[in-house]
Amino acid sequence: MKNQPGSLWQRFTLAFPYAWLVAFFLVPFLIVLKISFSQGAIALPPYRPVLDLTAGWRGIEMFLAGLSLDNYRLLGSDSLYLLSYLKSLQIAAFSTLILLIIGYPIAYGMARTPRRLQAVLVVLVMLPFWTSFLIRIYAWMNILQRDGPLNELLMALHVVSTPPVWLATDTAIYIGIVYSYLPFMVLPLYAVLEKLDESLLEAAADLGCPRWKTFWLVTIPLSSPGVLAGVLLCLIPIVGEFVIPDLLGGSRAPMIGQTIWMEFFGNKDWPAASAVAVVLVCLLVTPIVLFQHLAMRSEERS
Amino acid sequence: MRKVSAFNILAIVLGIAFLYLPIVILVIYSFNASRLVAVWGGWSTQWYAELAGDAEILQAAFISLRVALVSASAATVLGTLAAVALVRLGRFRGRLLFASMIYAPLVMPEVITGLSMLLLFVAFAVDRGFWTVIIAHTTMAMCFVTVIVQSRLVDFDMSLEEAAMDLGASPLRTFLSVTLPLIVPAIAAAWMLAFALSLDDLVIASFTTGPGATTLPIRIYSAVRLGVKPEINAVCSIFVGVVGVAVLAASLLAKISGARGTPARL
Amino acid sequence: MPSVEAGDRPTKSSPTLATGDSRRLLRIEGLSKRFGNFTAVDRLSLDIYTGEFFALLGPSGCGKTTLLRLIAGFERPNAGRIVLDGVDLAPVPPHRRPVNMMFQSYALFPHLTVEANVAFGLKQEGLPRGEIAGRVADMLALVKLESLGTRKPSELSGGQRQRVALARCLVKRPRVLLLDEPLAALDKKLRDSTRFELMELQRHLGLTFVIVTHDQSEAMIVADRIGVMDRGRLMQVAAPDEIYERPNSRWVADFIGDINLFEGRVGDDRLSVEGTAAGRLRVAAPIEAEPRTPVWIAVRPERIRLSRDKPPEPENCVSGTIVEIGYLGDLSIYHVRIADGSRVKAAVANTGGNGGYSPRAAESVWLSFAPEAPIVLTR
Repeated sequence: MKNQPGSLWQRFTLAFPYAWLVAFFLVPFLIVLKISFSQGAIALPPYRPVLDLTAGWRGIEMFLAGLSLDNYRLLGSDSLYLLSYLKSLQIAAFSTLILLIIGYPIAYGMARTPRRLQAVLVVLVMLPFWTSFLIRIYAWMNILQRDGPLNELLMALHVVSTPPVWLATDTAIYIGIVYSYLPFMVLPLYAVLEKLDESLLEAAADLGCPRWKTFWLVTIPLSSPGVLAGVLLCLIPIVGEFVIPDLLGGSRAPMIGQTIWMEFFGNKDWPAASAVAVVLVCLLVTPIVLFQHLAMRSEERS
Repeated sequence: MRKVSAFNILAIVLGIAFLYLPIVILVIYSFNASRLVAVWGGWSTQWYAELAGDAEILQAAFISLRVALVSASAATVLGTLAAVALVRLGRFRGRLLFASMIYAPLVMPEVITGLSMLLLFVAFAVDRGFWTVIIAHTTMAMCFVTVIVQSRLVDFDMSLEEAAMDLGASPLRTFLSVTLPLIVPAIAAAWMLAFALSLDDLVIASFTTGPGATTLPIRIYSAVRLGVKPEINAVCSIFVGVVGVAVLAASLLAKISGARGTPARL
Repeated sequence: MPSVEAGDRPTKSSPTLATGDSRRLLRIEGLSKRFGNFTAVDRLSLDIYTGEFFALLGPSGCGKTTLLRLIAGFERPNAGRIVLDGVDLAPVPPHRRPVNMMFQSYALFPHLTVEANVAFGLKQEGLPRGEIAGRVADMLALVKLESLGTRKPSELSGGQRQRVALARCLVKRPRVLLLDEPLAALDKKLRDSTRFELMELQRHLGLTFVIVTHDQSEAMIVADRIGVMDRGRLMQVAAPDEIYERPNSRWVADFIGDINLFEGRVGDDRLSVEGTAAGRLRVAAPIEAEPRTPVWIAVRPERIRLSRDKPPEPENCVSGTIVEIGYLGDLSIYHVRIADGSRVKAAVANTGGNGGYSPRAAESVWLSFAPEAPIVLTR
């Protein structure tokens, strides 16, 4: 079927989702871009200029004249935004590292269990993912409260004498992120480790390699596609996280997702929010494009 | 021949315990007669009773279910078409753009996709509400569906389709009687994922909803922003219970159908 | 090198065709297929006759499977025509061609039972259910799978799956049945018995089979005619015995079975070849080439006699030393190094004959052959 010339069927198959994505993904993003060059206004919609196509060419001229870089200047001048970006990147990088360190042994352990059990383990790991994200974060709110079970446990074990404050701290954010994104790190790693050819490890052992060295020289490099996938699946969304820092963290030093939300719903400054979003996308696009490129190359190789 | 070391077992057990503990604690607290977390007031189902009388939450749940049903189905159709196009059409003009549009939403932060969709609706003066949420959820879920169905299609043995055509089936008949039945498990799994994503979504729904279309996550969120609430514990526990049962049932079903007639890997 | 003419006629040594209808069923004219820079099929022409068992033989990558897929319609040619029963197949899509293909991987539908698999093609024809059931039952009985109708392919052995694949095609009574390496996945004993069953089926049903194989002995056993392919071209099309006894080129001679090649020039009397590593060689029939033109003499190992002493005839003999003996049970292959350093292979049946002479390694021997033995090759 692949070699038959583009039939009507095939074009139809493509046209429908293509059109949908252009309309509801590409165009909205272009609109965000446009509004990032606009100014706020007390009006409906709350930004100027608005493209009035009925005014013809004059309308377009007026539209282009009304665009400005004010919002981007604002981003550059107010350190709030810079700090927000940096904090988001820092939290994302650090938590991804933690996820990798915690997730790898879990994935490795899963891959080494007998095949029959593996399916069960996969379901077990996926099950929390199916329950609501919001609920699971809320569950942590329960636990991390000042008089919640975690502090009760710590007090009972005499680890601390007064209940520490967990909520509204960065630590809580880390806990929430690691907790929520663990399946996203474990599953790609597991998928790659599970396919690992046992005979390669046996060959290494046969050639005199001790187990830890085999792990370092053979297993880890071969699992690198899984590591890459896991890292990207976690790092990029974490940068723009909103729910976790909002519920578990404070608003003193917001992450970029919170900043966008606040600008939009709080200050009702749509153009500023758009500008923040555009810069964020530019930051994130680089790893996405990189991943696409690598994925296509490995597809061609196989 | 696979040796499972003690370290491995420990890692798995700890990992899974870590994943489930918060949920278990949540469920336990939903039965706490006392309002305060610090105080254990004994077992009680009063919060569930209060929940049953809370019309707002029930309506929000109903709306969430309807949104999830419609958007999951739409996303499955669109996503499957996209997957077929990506796998079968080889290189075509605009393929790079298409693939980017499909994979990008998977990793993009939801604030951005939500924001952009809202701005789209505003720019075209579309009233926001039930249907805008559905459109947004469909767009978001479609990408997951595509990834799942695509990975199944890539593994699909093309010679089965050639054999079908060789025996006289037109390309359409081939797709319906050979290809589709064999990828149905992947499509079903994709539908369920799309359903779960929609049901659970907070950020995108917040941006794209309108009056009268408040979804359950939005209700829950506005309630818990100010702190822990026992009725919310009850809602969450019910949700977890329902999902848990559904997922277990689905995997049992998958196991049974998998034991019968898995594709013979030649 | 020019490829074979379309219409290499079947010879009298193929008994099935002597009685059967020798109408031309499938004509392939100047067919070419390229994949990017690679030419898989190169201006190939071939005729296939009704009722014959035709084998496409060649090394891997020679284009035989591509040719099969072109006939089935899964590839579109870059040039040339395929005409079946007088109808040009170019505008006909694969699902409408009266041609069926048995895939190397069998391609059984995993979600359907054996019966449903076999019935699939009939269902597409829109036949009444009763008739379908009847024909399916008959066909299953013919391939000896009656009791397995309700099983799924995953529950069958390799040999059983192969029969289902065969039944699925045969039940549609195609004009031509294409088989892509049908016996490759079977173990040796099963392969031998299935081979004969295939031949029986073909004769019994009077169908036309085109089989693709890389296995020479398989092609020699089953086929009425063999088409030897190399790099997209047909090198020779003839009955098995003619291909073996009278190959038309060094390549074919070397590809089929073992061969010894001696290079030389045509003698003035055109009945000899001079300047070979074995001296002057005499042939039985006059050579159709000018004297002094370069030519090759090909001699099959089994035509070479071994003797301790120099044979009486002055020509067609050479002395050498045995460097290796390959013992195969029913025969032995002697590798003999002659004066110029090249090796000659002689195959001797271990019947205890040859005057009880059985030389050992490192011994000196004389090799000789009759003038009727050599094949003269000009290319």
